Amino acid sequence: MASPQMVMYEEEFAQVQAVTDRLVQDANARVVFVVDKNGQLISASGDTGDIDTTSLASLAAGNIAATGGIAQLLREQEFATQYHEGVRQNVHIQVISSRVILVVIFDNRTSLGLVRLRVKRANAQLTQIFEMVMAKAQDPFQNSPFAEITDDDIDNLFND
Amino acid sequence: MSFINYLSREINCKIVYYGPGLCGKTTNLQHIYNRTNPDAKGKMISLATETERTLFFDFLPLEIGEIRGFKTRFHLYTVPGQVFYDASRKLILKGVDGVVFVADSQMLRAEANIESMDNLRTNLAEQGYNLDTLPYVIQYNKRDMPNISPVDELRHLLNTGSVPEFNAVATTGEGVFETLKSVAKLVLTELKRGAAR
Repeated sequence: MASPQMVMYEEEFAQVQAVTDRLVQDANARVVFVVDKNGQLISASGDTGDIDTTSLASLAAGNIAATGGIAQLLREQEFATQYHEGVRQNVHIQVISSRVILVVIFDNRTSLGLVRLRVKRANAQLTQIFEMVMAKAQDPFQNSPFAEITDDDIDNLFND
Repeated sequence: MSFINYLSREINCKIVYYGPGLCGKTTNLQHIYNRTNPDAKGKMISLATETERTLFFDFLPLEIGEIRGFKTRFHLYTVPGQVFYDASRKLILKGVDGVVFVADSQMLRAEANIESMDNLRTNLAEQGYNLDTLPYVIQYNKRDMPNISPVDELRHLLNTGSVPEFNAVATTGEGVFETLKSVAKLVLTELKRGAAR
């Protein structure tokens, strides 16, 4: 495989969630998402009620992939920060350690400046956590849930 | 690249439908979307042009059941088939766990099939993947059209590695779920093998 599988264990997941929960509060944001660059949602904090989180994760990753493609054409390393301004809501997107994407959705209860400032701190904390996650994923002695799965388990999934 | 979340007990995998323009990749996804229980699927997203040609990708999240207490989800993507969208195709292949190559059975599209297959190999190689070692199946679509190539000929041209292959008419749904099940099974088997290494 080209890149190692990402496995989130409870410990790291709780750490990520703590960072994003705090970011929602400190930045006075509506919602904060952490998304894998391949489009998988990792965690969500705040008022996610009416948001289709799976679609949002996939589109945010597509967006970052497309701007990454533009960066490559311009011989830039990447555009690590993006900002989309709407009438009622705005979206701030930050690539963390070239691996995951931090999406902050906010409205006029806060300001872009405050969001940027708080994202900067969260960026440093998340970088540390995801470095640990990736180091664990590369550890050959780490258990994967697939190690215990049998061929029968897989067959059973597809029995009509 | 699959993603395993221990807290929510989920396994997420990515499958990409690849193939020449107008071969029926989006139609495959639409059929799956229409025929799946609402509880098992998310919204289908199509980033398409005004003439309904795929511009960036189609996306459909699908839950197929539980393995040992882990919800197993597949994220299905299509690529834009038209030749000039190559940059987008490369992006969508990132992190892929399994590929479905949808071939257009019409004789006139033989060259487009081969070109798209070569393009798939090249783009995968750029991402560090090898099509011969990736979970991968082929679908010969549009079997209901006039002037189609015999399956033997398509196999000879496209399926040199003897991967699982399926005849399909995506507009009616024939062969669509068989193709999906086959690639999904290959992906899970590969993940299991990877874990045992």
